[in-house]
Amino acid sequence: MTITEKILARAAGVDRVAPGQLVEAEIDVVMCHDVTTPPAISMLVEKGIDRVFDPDKIVVTPDHFQPAKDVPSAELHKRLDDWAKRHKIKHYYKLGRAGVCHALLPEQGHIRPGEVSVGGDSHTCTYGAFAMFSTGIGSTDLAAAIATGKLWFKVPASMKFVLNGALPHGVYSKDVILAVIGRIGTDGALYRAMEFVGPALAGMSMEARMTMTNMAIEAGAKNGIIGFDKVTQAYLDEHLKEEVAYTVFESDPDAQYLATEIFDCSKLEPTVALPHLPSNAVPIGECAGKAMDQAYIGSCTNGRIEDLRIAAKIMKGRQVVIRTIVVPSTPEVWKQAANEGLFDVFYSAGCVISAPTCGACLGGFMGVLAQGEKCVSTTNRNFVGRMGHPRSEVYLASPATAAASAIEGKLTDPRRYL
Amino acid sequence: MAKAHVYKRDHINTDEIIPARYLNTDNEAELAKHCMEDLDKDFVKKVRPGDVIVAGDDFGCGSSREHAVWAIRGAKVQTVIARSFARIFYRNAINCGFYLIESADAVDKIKDADEVEIDYDAGVIRDKTSKTKITFLPLPDFALEIIRDGGLLDHIMKTSA
Repeated sequence: MTITEKILARAAGVDRVAPGQLVEAEIDVVMCHDVTTPPAISMLVEKGIDRVFDPDKIVVTPDHFQPAKDVPSAELHKRLDDWAKRHKIKHYYKLGRAGVCHALLPEQGHIRPGEVSVGGDSHTCTYGAFAMFSTGIGSTDLAAAIATGKLWFKVPASMKFVLNGALPHGVYSKDVILAVIGRIGTDGALYRAMEFVGPALAGMSMEARMTMTNMAIEAGAKNGIIGFDKVTQAYLDEHLKEEVAYTVFESDPDAQYLATEIFDCSKLEPTVALPHLPSNAVPIGECAGKAMDQAYIGSCTNGRIEDLRIAAKIMKGRQVVIRTIVVPSTPEVWKQAANEGLFDVFYSAGCVISAPTCGACLGGFMGVLAQGEKCVSTTNRNFVGRMGHPRSEVYLASPATAAASAIEGKLTDPRRYL
Repeated sequence: MAKAHVYKRDHINTDEIIPARYLNTDNEAELAKHCMEDLDKDFVKKVRPGDVIVAGDDFGCGSSREHAVWAIRGAKVQTVIARSFARIFYRNAINCGFYLIESADAVDKIKDADEVEIDYDAGVIRDKTSKTKITFLPLPDFALEIIRDGGLLDHIMKTSA
C-alpha cells in the first residue's frame, strides 16, 4: 500500500484499502475558519444537531477576512466566535493569535504524522507535508465532521513525483511545484494523491515542503503527501506541544502508482505561472521584463518566516518601485520577522507590512487589484479576478522572484540579487 | 422549458462561479445575484428557473467554497452538465443534494440556448432543439442515496437514527 492508503486504512479501522474503495474514516483534526465554518454552524443549528464530536480536536482561527474587513465579515466572525465559545473549543485562536490557517496549525503543533485532517478550505492539503492525510472540504462535509468526527472518502489512487537532484541557487520549492503543475495541468492529478519523493526533498525545510503540498489542489489532487524523515522529526520536536504518540507510515516498495513523474530539480529555473491558470508555468527567462503594478508576499503558500527572510535578503539596502505588500502569515511569524529586523528592511525598501490575513490572495482586502493591474504574487491561484478586478492579472512566483520583481517593477530573475 | 447555457471552456473555477469578494455572506439568494459573474456578467439576467449550465473539463476547480454550489442552486439552475468536475465541487454538490451530470457526449452535442429535458433516473437528456437523445451514466448509488435523502446531513441523521 502507499502511505496515503495506509493512513486511510488506519483511520477506517481496516487492514487494507484499495484505490476507489469507499471508507468511513475517523477524523483526528478539523480545521475551521471564518468563511466556510459559519455556514456549517448554521446547518447544524438548523438540523437540530448543534454539537461537536470533540472540542479538543477542532482548531478554529479566523483568517480570510480578519481583522473584519466590513460589516458582513464581522458578522461571520461573530457567528464563529459565539459557536467556539458555546462549545468550549480548546484551540480557538482569536485576533492577536489568529493566523493564516495552514501556516498556523503546523506552527502551533496541531499537525501529526499518520493522522487524518480535514478543513473547510481547499489548501488543507498543505498538512500532507507531515506524512499525514489531509484534504479540503466544503461546509456540509465540515458540518458532518464537526458533529460526528467521521467522513466518507473514496480512497484515491496515488501518483508518484520523484524529485531528483538538488535545487540550484535561486530556485525554491515554489518553482518546483509550479513546474510540476505546469507539466501535468490543473487537473493532472484530479481525485489522486500526489506523493512527493526523492533526494531533492532532503534539502528542503518543512516550510519549503508545505509550499509544495499546499498547491497539490492546484493540480486537482485530493491530497499531497511527503514521507517522514529527520527534517519532519526536528520540526515536530520543536512545535508539538502535547505529548501525543503518532504513527509513522511509509509506502511499501511494491505500492501501486497510477503514474510516476520524474523531475531533475537541478535543471529547474525560477518559474512563473502566467495568468490565468497555475499550470501556465514558464521559466523566468520567458517572461522577464513584463511590467508589474504590485508585488504580494504572503499567504498559506509562501508567508512563513523562511519566505520573508528570502524576500528581505533581496530587498536589503534596495528600494521597491511598485506597491509591495508583505503579509506575515501568523503572529509568531510576525514577531520573529520583527525580532530579526526584517521589518526594518521592508520598511526601508518601501513595503507595507500587514497583519496576518489571507487578505488579497483571494481578492478579499488589503491589496486588491484595479482593472488592468498586474501583480507578482507568492500565492497559489491566478484565476480570472482572483485578486481583484476580473480584468486584473496575477503572476505566481517564489518570494525571491516577487522581491526581485518589486525592486525592478517588472518580472525579474532573482538570481542576480542572491 | 429548460434552456442550456453553454460555456465550452475547461477549468471554470470557483472564483468565476462566485468571486471571493462576495464570500462575506452565505445567504443563497444574495450569492445567486453574482452567480458566474466573472465569467459572464449577464448570466443572472439570462438564466431562468430550471435552466442548465453546460461546460468543459474540470468544472468547479479551485476553492472548497460550497458557496459556488449555493450560488448556482440559488440561481435556480437545475443541474450542471460537464465533461468532468473538480473533486471538491463534485463532493459539495452531492452533499447539498444537487445533481451533477458528467457527460462528454452531452457537452459535444448540446448547443447554447438549446432546450433540454432530463430524466435523471433513466440517465437520458433529450435535446429538443436538435432532436437528439443523449444517455449519461447516473451518479453512483451512494451519491444518489445522499441526494435522495436531501443532502449529507439529512442522510447521516436518517442512517444513524
